[in-house]
Amino acid sequence: MTSGILVSGPYAHSNSSTARTMGLVMLALLPTTGYGVYLFGWPALFLLIVTLLSTAGAEALCLRLAGKPVRPFLMDGSAVLSGWLLALTLPPWAPWWIGVSGGVIAIVIGKQVFGGIGQNLFNPAMVARVVLLISFPLEMTTFLAPHPLLAIGSPGFLDSLGITFGAGLQADAISSATVLGGVKTALISGLELPAINASVPDWHTMAIGTLSGSLGETSSLLIVAGGVFLLATRVISWHIPVAMTGTLMLLSAGFHLLDPLHYPGAMHHLLAGATLLGAFFIATDLVTSPVTSLGQLLFGAGCGALVYVIRTWAGYPEGMAFAIMLMNALTPLIDHYLKPRVYGRDRKGNPIIKAAIQD
Amino acid sequence: MKLFRISGGVHPHDRKGLTATLAIEDVPLPPLLHIPLQQHIGSPAAPLVHRGQLVRKGQLLAHSQGMISAPVHAPTSGRIVGIGNYPAHHPSGLSVRTITLKPDGKERWCDLETVTVDAGMLDPEEIATRVAAAGIVGLGGATFPSSVKLNLRNRYKLHMLVINGAECEPYLTCDDRLMQESAEHIIDGARIMARALGVENIVIGIENNKPRAQAAMQQAARMYDTIRIARLPARYPMGSEKHLVQTLTGRETPARGLTADIGIVVHNVATALAVHTAIRHGTPLISRVVTVSGNAVRRPGNLRVPIGTTVAYLLDYCGGFTEVPARLISGGPMMGQPLPDTRVPIVKGSNGILALTASEVHSGPAMPCIRCASCVTACPCGLVPLEMANHARAGDLDGAVRFGLMDCISCGSCAYVCPAHIPLVQYFNYAKGELTARQRTEHKQKETRRLAELRNERLERQKQAKRAALSQRKQTGEQSAATAEAAEA
Repeated sequence: MTSGILVSGPYAHSNSSTARTMGLVMLALLPTTGYGVYLFGWPALFLLIVTLLSTAGAEALCLRLAGKPVRPFLMDGSAVLSGWLLALTLPPWAPWWIGVSGGVIAIVIGKQVFGGIGQNLFNPAMVARVVLLISFPLEMTTFLAPHPLLAIGSPGFLDSLGITFGAGLQADAISSATVLGGVKTALISGLELPAINASVPDWHTMAIGTLSGSLGETSSLLIVAGGVFLLATRVISWHIPVAMTGTLMLLSAGFHLLDPLHYPGAMHHLLAGATLLGAFFIATDLVTSPVTSLGQLLFGAGCGALVYVIRTWAGYPEGMAFAIMLMNALTPLIDHYLKPRVYGRDRKGNPIIKAAIQD
Repeated sequence: MKLFRISGGVHPHDRKGLTATLAIEDVPLPPLLHIPLQQHIGSPAAPLVHRGQLVRKGQLLAHSQGMISAPVHAPTSGRIVGIGNYPAHHPSGLSVRTITLKPDGKERWCDLETVTVDAGMLDPEEIATRVAAAGIVGLGGATFPSSVKLNLRNRYKLHMLVINGAECEPYLTCDDRLMQESAEHIIDGARIMARALGVENIVIGIENNKPRAQAAMQQAARMYDTIRIARLPARYPMGSEKHLVQTLTGRETPARGLTADIGIVVHNVATALAVHTAIRHGTPLISRVVTVSGNAVRRPGNLRVPIGTTVAYLLDYCGGFTEVPARLISGGPMMGQPLPDTRVPIVKGSNGILALTASEVHSGPAMPCIRCASCVTACPCGLVPLEMANHARAGDLDGAVRFGLMDCISCGSCAYVCPAHIPLVQYFNYAKGELTARQRTEHKQKETRRLAELRNERLERQKQAKRAALSQRKQTGEQSAATAEAAEA
């Protein structure tokens, strides 16, 4: 009567699927990606495409080697999403081989060697980014001022092919420091914040995003819009983004209050660099973040604190990738210790005290 | 009244529209009734009739045996044509002891004892005794003998009776219809049960997707100021008694405990109606209302069915299938059980028969877990289903227990939301079964060891006794050691 083997219920389903979840994240990424492509022109689009193709190709190859069915796993969209996130954190005019090697590293080292989807300890995109940053510091830190698509002075289609696939760009001609990089360099050289601030874009500009930076992290507004979409569709919960940005802002505001000459304030840390992209899209990666609300709060707070520490006292101007990876490593531990309180039990797991009325 | 939030839960598409507006119909008598002796939790009933015997409607066919058990009665008059094994209303399809009755179509009742005094005048002991004799069990699906729950007043200090009209499972509308059509009788049944429990307060919880039932019950309860209607938010698993009680009182039932631990007893609306019928009309539990629904059924409906009617007969009455169903289920789609065969009879706990099409079931191939934590959010018991399943799959049952396996109520909320379509409940049921089997083995080993030790001790004692006797004989001057040895051998 009943088709197939008898399996326990429920015999109803919410119609969710892995592919739908990944698709929603991609949809949420569309605005900031589109804006990034517009802002940095053809080379950004080419870099995005080669990165996506290389993650998809690497995934297909690994699945075939592992003897898993290629189609259903490739179609779940997780590999493409990893490539997408990676591309958004790359300098937009980086050469093609940065995208390709990054894509391969993300999938092969970041994901498949752990056993594929759901098994990886670290966020694949961040693994790739960190490997690239350490291996190719020049290519990974060469940023440029916006060159909007089709605008006068921007490279045309063929020139752009040359930038991405050919000789690369003439760095000294157009390079422009990111907000975080610029401020950090100035602080190290002994300048104080009031003097530096004159050359830093105002909050308005940082919110819109018309400034130099990685492909998809310049427009705070569009990233937040995507994040709100993810919250509304319940792909992510508020715990990680709020804990992360909250901790980062609290720390930066505190130090800024103590020493306003050397520690930039909360808005600087919130709007510059990868803070918002990281908080809404990368730290919230389902596979590599804790599963309980309490664990997610701790995880987010840890990410925020580490980002601040790295940005402020370490050698790199940006610490998002390192911070998230360090907290990824703690996720199994967090999940082990922070479990939800079970119905009818106290936090320690003992049954709650029976009512005194029972004699 | 003030309600409290429960954590977790899901909002499945309720699909109650298929049958919600259809009045309860009486199903004509089938040619044969198959009445299992075990339709309840506890010991099976022991048969009192023999093959060939003529029985009257309502006559006792098998009496309860043991503390937790329930009798079964003849759903109609007719001849007993067999007492033997017949496929059970269970996914296993195994056979159980069943009485087969061939109706004579005359519907001749046995003598019935009726009670007409007000509920407040009844003797609590007597109510429980009559409910037990009527074979009433929890009709929400749990089938725990109701009289045992009515006797909880002896062991717990109770203050509230909750009548569960949540009916949170999708598709099912039998309780909804009962509340609309028999509100006064349900209220009377509830008052009788409250009297048996020795409590004043009665709260009737009904989900907001049943506004007509809420209105009907409100109307029927208007003259009793101790009866309140709670309008519950529609959210699965609101009908889980521990979660219902938490919604109403804000209090959690202790783990491994009963709601009686916090002074509350919960009974289903259909049970309340059965109690009314048993006390007022003396009628035992011989029929029940079943929702037959699902898109594969030609003519869905709410049917009053004699216990023992086969599922096949019921489906035929509903016009058969429009297409071959992907799943045939007893109960609701969330916690119901698959039926391997349509020959099985309707039993006291059958609240629904669903024939679902593939698009309704929406099953997909299981993919790897992406740790999205949807299951953690959906779990109404605060468990971590993904870790429980991981440990169960790896055979690490203790690990699964550490993440809450024994506190799982198998509500299926986790599997309902899982984007990877992982059959989480299947893993949990497997692990629970394994644990039970393991405990049984352990118990058996312990028993064996205990008995072996006892035997060794006994042998040792005998040996010593003999040795003592021997030395005594030596002392008293028995001469021949050889004779003594011969005696010992």
